[in-house]
Amino acid sequence: MEALPRLRLALVLSAVICFSLLERSSALSSQDLQIVNAERRVSFSFLICTYIISHNVSPSQFKPGIVENIGTPPASEILLAFPPTQVDHLALVKAAVTAGKRKKKSYSPLDVKPKEVFDAPNGAKYFTISLLNPLKVGESVTLEVLYTLTHSLEPFPLEISQSESQLVYYHDSAIILSPYHIKQQITFVKTPSTKVESFTRVDPTDRAGTELKYGPYEDRPPYSFSPTIIHFENNNPFAVVEELVREVEISHWGSLQITEHYTLVHAGARHKGVFSRVEYQSRPSFSGVSSFKHLLAKLPPRVHSVYYRDEIGNISSSHLRTDSRKSELEIEPRYPLFGGWKATFVIGYGLPLPDFLFESSDGMRYLNFSFGCPLAETVVDKLTIKVVLPEGSKKPYAVVPFPVEQHLETSYSYLDVVGRTVVVLEKKNVVPEHNSPFQLKSLDTQGQIPEHVLAHVARCAPITLLLNSIEQSSFKFIASPIRHDVFITLSSANNVSPMPQTSVSFVVAP
Amino acid sequence: MEGANGGGKSAATQGGSKATDLSASNTFLFSLKTLKLKTKQQELLIRVSILCLVYILAFITRLFSVLRYESMIHEFDPYFNYRTTLFLTQKGFYEFWNWFDSESWYPLGRIIGGTLYPGLMVTAALIYWSLRFLRFAVHIREVCVLTAPFFASNTTIVAYFFGKELWDSGAGLVAAALIAICPGYISRSVAGSYDNEGVAIFALLLTFYLFVKAVNTGSLAWALASAFGYFYMVSAWGGYVFIINLIPLYVLVLLITGRYSMRLYVAYNCMYVLGMLLAMQIRFVGFQHVQSGEHMAAMGVFFLMQVFYFLDWVKYQLNDPRLFEAFLRITVTCAVGVGALALGVGTASGYISPWTGRFYSLLDPTYAKDHIPIIASVSEHQPTAWSSFMFDFHILLFLFPAGLYFCFQRLSDATIFIVMYGLTSMYFAGVMVRLILVATPAVCLISAIAVSATIKNLTQLVRAKSKVAHTGTGKGTSGTKASSKASRDQSLPFQRNGAIALLLGAFYLLSRYATHCTWVTSEAYSSPSIVLAARGAYGNRVIFDDYREAYFWLRQNTPQDAKIMSWWDYGYQITAMGNRTVIVDNNTWNNTHIATVGRAMSSYEDEAYEIMRSLDVDYVLVVFGGVTGYSSDDINKFLWMVRIGGGVFPVIKEPDYLVNGEYRVDKGAAPKMLNCLIRSSCQKEQLEDEYKLSYYRFGELTTEYGKPPG
Repeated sequence: MEALPRLRLALVLSAVICFSLLERSSALSSQDLQIVNAERRVSFSFLICTYIISHNVSPSQFKPGIVENIGTPPASEILLAFPPTQVDHLALVKAAVTAGKRKKKSYSPLDVKPKEVFDAPNGAKYFTISLLNPLKVGESVTLEVLYTLTHSLEPFPLEISQSESQLVYYHDSAIILSPYHIKQQITFVKTPSTKVESFTRVDPTDRAGTELKYGPYEDRPPYSFSPTIIHFENNNPFAVVEELVREVEISHWGSLQITEHYTLVHAGARHKGVFSRVEYQSRPSFSGVSSFKHLLAKLPPRVHSVYYRDEIGNISSSHLRTDSRKSELEIEPRYPLFGGWKATFVIGYGLPLPDFLFESSDGMRYLNFSFGCPLAETVVDKLTIKVVLPEGSKKPYAVVPFPVEQHLETSYSYLDVVGRTVVVLEKKNVVPEHNSPFQLKSLDTQGQIPEHVLAHVARCAPITLLLNSIEQSSFKFIASPIRHDVFITLSSANNVSPMPQTSVSFVVAP
Repeated sequence: MEGANGGGKSAATQGGSKATDLSASNTFLFSLKTLKLKTKQQELLIRVSILCLVYILAFITRLFSVLRYESMIHEFDPYFNYRTTLFLTQKGFYEFWNWFDSESWYPLGRIIGGTLYPGLMVTAALIYWSLRFLRFAVHIREVCVLTAPFFASNTTIVAYFFGKELWDSGAGLVAAALIAICPGYISRSVAGSYDNEGVAIFALLLTFYLFVKAVNTGSLAWALASAFGYFYMVSAWGGYVFIINLIPLYVLVLLITGRYSMRLYVAYNCMYVLGMLLAMQIRFVGFQHVQSGEHMAAMGVFFLMQVFYFLDWVKYQLNDPRLFEAFLRITVTCAVGVGALALGVGTASGYISPWTGRFYSLLDPTYAKDHIPIIASVSEHQPTAWSSFMFDFHILLFLFPAGLYFCFQRLSDATIFIVMYGLTSMYFAGVMVRLILVATPAVCLISAIAVSATIKNLTQLVRAKSKVAHTGTGKGTSGTKASSKASRDQSLPFQRNGAIALLLGAFYLLSRYATHCTWVTSEAYSSPSIVLAARGAYGNRVIFDDYREAYFWLRQNTPQDAKIMSWWDYGYQITAMGNRTVIVDNNTWNNTHIATVGRAMSSYEDEAYEIMRSLDVDYVLVVFGGVTGYSSDDINKFLWMVRIGGGVFPVIKEPDYLVNGEYRVDKGAAPKMLNCLIRSSCQKEQLEDEYKLSYYRFGELTTEYGKPPG
């Protein structure tokens, strides 16, 4: 339930659109539905844009005068349209039906899927939102949609020197792109500071403090578009993890070892000229304002054996704070990152296995672990999660609340003979909203001790005994216990979720 | 961490004193009598357990650096070794052997396979591969870091056998214990000090031991083993030249002192011929054994041995001594004449190369300073100060002459060898600081003889007394015995007490030695020198990691093909950690190239710019330690740049940079000094727009800039 508000806070750019839909036929043609009232809010903190669309029956926005159609079947799907340039940067789309007002507002998340429409004007891309209750003629629903775009702020000038601050362009449309007729709409754009160099005027346009207001616009036909450019100052750290590989290794000795390989880059305006350390340290408020040198990694509680290093050794500038609910690792790259500078590093830590691994009565095991990047406020261009299972696990399968690529690998580590099964999950364009748990399951191999294990016994008996005792059953991973809503999303988003009920019960037990 | 250090220290102290205690006397044997082992078995048990303890001690005392800092490669040269080992494990031996490295000595490049001693890398790679085969997923870095301590441990075993061969097993045990913690050796073999010497001292001592064993036994097998030991040494370190000159010298001394024997003949000939053939397999050494002046002594002695053998045979054939004498005269004259002629012709025709500068500088300590500034500029090539002898040897410095005394007292082929090894290596240790390392095993062995012999004598005195007393009280009745005993007691009234006092004194000294060694190891020899640590104002530990910061910046944020100019000290580190091409590095094979860099550093900016353009330089790395008070920065090294640059380009004159013969960098500095590149790049922030100096040349300056100077 708390998912959506939390997302909105974390996201850089969010737009909230309220629709009132009037339905005339079951077909998804734009004429049949109508958006009564739309409101969009855009905010920036770095390179991400997120859009949430939620649909809820909202009596307050119901306008009976418009609903006149009779005899058409109810609509169960609603279309979202995106310009093709935005779709490439789209990291996340979430929709929920909202009910109630203000503080009593309740959200029920909806399923969002991409949809291919062949005769789309100007190559617009679509997503469909499946409503829980089909919308009958004359009814209306209020939806809230959150979507996040990454890499949609373009630094200009492209190169800045150490003493300059960073200016960016934001391209958008003053009018919401929609396949439906919009009766009334308004867009708010919140800039990080009051310094706005220029912005496109589409009257009525108003600017107050850090907020730009486009609208209200009345009665816009479907696919209306009015391009805008906003040029403003944005010194938020443009920390982009170009590639993140997280290796989650289940140890035989009751520990979960995580190794995260980062390739971090400052994706803002490129640094020009020399870098003066003297200047940087003596006048921090003027010098290198768009650079960053601290990063915060949020790790699970009870973390131990934390290390932070790179190819050439340990990086001594890091601090770890732990309490019973969370661990925070504050890290500094070896040097402050200016535009275009890169840094690679590795963070590794151990976690107690019982916190994440659960066993069912039939010998199945489940691991809950979070997807996504532990670094706060970063975009991950390509995230790879490798779950290394103990030797002998078979046919593991991961269940993730959003579409990811999945395949299996084999890796070798200490004293391995046949190699460990590795489940590899890959996803592009990952934002902090993806920090939700995932689940993995595999077939039970109990009773089938292969020959190699016997050979292994012959070679190093004591270790094999230990391994065997742990390896006897397969591993299963399950959604996190704290997030029922996510699990539901997960089960519908993923085509295979063989035993949702059992898995939920396992989750609750610990 | 403090706890760990304390533990290590106490362990070292205990181990050191325990080893010496036990080895020296049999007094502890009684405690094991309850085990119902025979005396010999008991002794064996004690010996083996002491050796095991010493073995472990030698390893763990070298781990201070890992505990204090991290598992990392230290200093300068080890980074090259690490890089090549990495290459070897990744690409295989043939690629490694044929490796042309275009990343160093731009634009010349360097043929790595033909210009390095591959022993260390191959050793580490073999350890790595065998661990991998056993399914231990270790990183090659860990193997490299722990190679030196591992070989130091092995050295203690060799020292034990060597000591046993020289004197007795007691001396062997003491030698093992002494060498395990001797600072002179630890300085080059702490964890992370992944350098040739770490392996080479083991190989050196092994070769010597096997050779002495071969001389003692006259066995072909030992001589063969010695040849293989020599081969390993040649593959590991350029210091093999010491072996190939010391052994002929030793043989010559034996010949002169009339100790010629068939044992010697077999040992030397087999070792020399096989060793030479094996050594030729190392590309870097090649045909030097027959072509270079440094190896000619061994060849001369080889032929001399043949002459001796021939004469022996002739003497056996001719029964007339007068005839033999005449023959001897003719033969010796002829042999010497032929030898001298061959040497002369070889040298004149250029077939035999003359001695190298490094060799000269060993024989004449002032040579390098006058002729080869590049050798003299290295701090570890400076003549040794007395304090560093004391620092590295502690009580061994006093035990060494005593050991020599014992050796002369019981002269044999083996003790002659150790005496010669000790004396020559002590001389070389006096010439160059780094050669203390070579002297350390000899000093330890000779001191071990002194300790062992002294303590044995003293304990015999103590035991003899007590035995007499015991028999006296036991029998008691025999008047003659009692009277004789009484007379003996009276003749040496304080002997027993004196012996006990001396024993206690010896143990005290040895325990001081152990304490000193541990202290030196933890304080002086366990710093990686890449990372500097200091104590902050509140006793907290401050770490200066600016070197790695700069190298990592270069690695991440410069174009892949960028060329970095820096003084040659940092070359290996830039290529290994920064992964970028350098102009010069620590393999100082091309003096002109280094001089060019020195000239660029010491010229005016516009001239320097031209020089750097001609070298295709993209970045310049300069280290300035002025803010943190780090003394080994480039300003400090600057005079050497001037000297080396001036050695090739007479445009650069040292007096231009001095004021009244003084080197100053402040306001009163010489005008040329004030305007040269290095100073301006240290003071101003950039040299030329086009030549972006490394952003981190201020590494030292920046971290602590907020702190008031001083």
